[in-house]
Amino acid sequence: MSVIKIVLVVVILLTAVAYTVWLERKVVGHMQNRWGPTRVGPFGLLQPAADGLKFILKEDLTPPHVYRPLFIAAPIIAVTFALSSIAVIPFGTEIRLFGLTIPMQITDINTGLLVVLGITSVGVYGIALAGWSSNNKYSLLGGLRASAQMMSYELSLGLSLVGVLIMAGTFSLRGIVESQSGHFPIWLPHWNIFRGQIVAFFVYLMAAYAETNRIPFDLPEAETELVAGYHTEYSAMKFAMFFMAEYANMVTVGCLATLLFLGGWNGPVFGPAIVRAVLPIFWFVAKVFCFIFLYIWVRGTLPRFRYDQLMAFGWKFLLPLALANVVVTALVVALRA
Amino acid sequence: MLHLLLFLIFGAICVAGAVNLLVQRHPIQSALSLIVVMAALAGEYLLLGAEFVAAVQVIVYAGAIMVLFVFVIMLLNAAEEEHTAGSRVAMILGVPGVTVLGLLVAWMVVQHSNSPSVSPAALYADPTTHGAPATIGTLLFSEFLLPFEITSVLILIAIMGAVVLAQKPQHGKEEK
Repeated sequence: MSVIKIVLVVVILLTAVAYTVWLERKVVGHMQNRWGPTRVGPFGLLQPAADGLKFILKEDLTPPHVYRPLFIAAPIIAVTFALSSIAVIPFGTEIRLFGLTIPMQITDINTGLLVVLGITSVGVYGIALAGWSSNNKYSLLGGLRASAQMMSYELSLGLSLVGVLIMAGTFSLRGIVESQSGHFPIWLPHWNIFRGQIVAFFVYLMAAYAETNRIPFDLPEAETELVAGYHTEYSAMKFAMFFMAEYANMVTVGCLATLLFLGGWNGPVFGPAIVRAVLPIFWFVAKVFCFIFLYIWVRGTLPRFRYDQLMAFGWKFLLPLALANVVVTALVVALRA
Repeated sequence: MLHLLLFLIFGAICVAGAVNLLVQRHPIQSALSLIVVMAALAGEYLLLGAEFVAAVQVIVYAGAIMVLFVFVIMLLNAAEEEHTAGSRVAMILGVPGVTVLGLLVAWMVVQHSNSPSVSPAALYADPTTHGAPATIGTLLFSEFLLPFEITSVLILIAIMGAVVLAQKPQHGKEEK
């Protein structure tokens, strides 16, 4: 049973990653007053398939001067850890099918949030080792910048989640979502973002952009500065793996934001029984989609930070803000109890 | 049975990684072996039921401290080590010495493992609260508050020391 779930979830995640690329190209294209992919299939919807085929058939060149074991291992590390944090993310409530009750999650670990944080922490190695093993000054600089940036913003990321933890009282992701069910009297849902964690959401947003190396924090892969940063020397399938890892990280971060701040799968549930079973999953996917759209929107709008501005922003602004959020949240929760 | 098997597997990976750390000549390979050791230790903590400690081990040790190690090795472009005469002597004396020491410690542990020194409280620990973050948090702020605060002061001293050591040298000291 779990095996079927794992296969299904991974297939859906990979499809989501591929179509996030499509969405990005369309949205950024429209923001830049052009169409984006339109030729391959209706609205360019078959573009990811064409891209996948291209990556598989392209020549996979390994330059002679690289450090081979790590050169080959780095994209594997990056993509493995990017795809594995989906294992603890709950999509919805349970579904009753053929007399079985199937929880909409691969495993419900009671320290689920820490597992996701741990996986994103270890995912830095893919980029750092890629930059180093390429034996190329641009890649090395890109790799170093990326690891320093990701480590700095991991602190703010973790601290911004502590406020949510204090309010929910559990590390289990399902428990955190369940603590956000219900409504305020004025028809406002009980999501954490409306329950006082708006500052934490803002810090999480900034830290998430930096963790996934997206604009405005994408100096590690900036084309105008570093050729292509840490993935300069990679071609075909290995490059595709880095690409997939970046977008899978985006999807994971979006899922996490939805679960912790936007109420997960909570939403109006109506209709016949079969619609009721599927509606939580629909709300979850809709919220993740909105978050990813925000990501892509910011990508099309903002210029990128210079590296020292980036580090100063992470250490001197976000970290104290996240700490202040923890203190205030803890005070409020303690005074209410 | 499965518990013992998993313990042996994680232990073997841990020891193999540690030995590889010593044997490898290039610092980056040693750093990667150390990451494997940290991950195996996290597995061991999970087997003990300490899930919070295992997760924090991965987040802090394998995911932050070792990234800094790798970062410094990459930044300073550390090359392969060379085997000088002194290090060869150290290897000839050290490897048998450490083996004897390790066997001695193992023998003493086996000798004392049959004595009833394991506290009954640990044997009948409540599985839902045993390694739980809530328990650790309560203990950390009640029974172990002094060590916790002193450790944070210690880390602060280390940070201050690092900042002082990494400062640019002042050209021509002026007394203000």
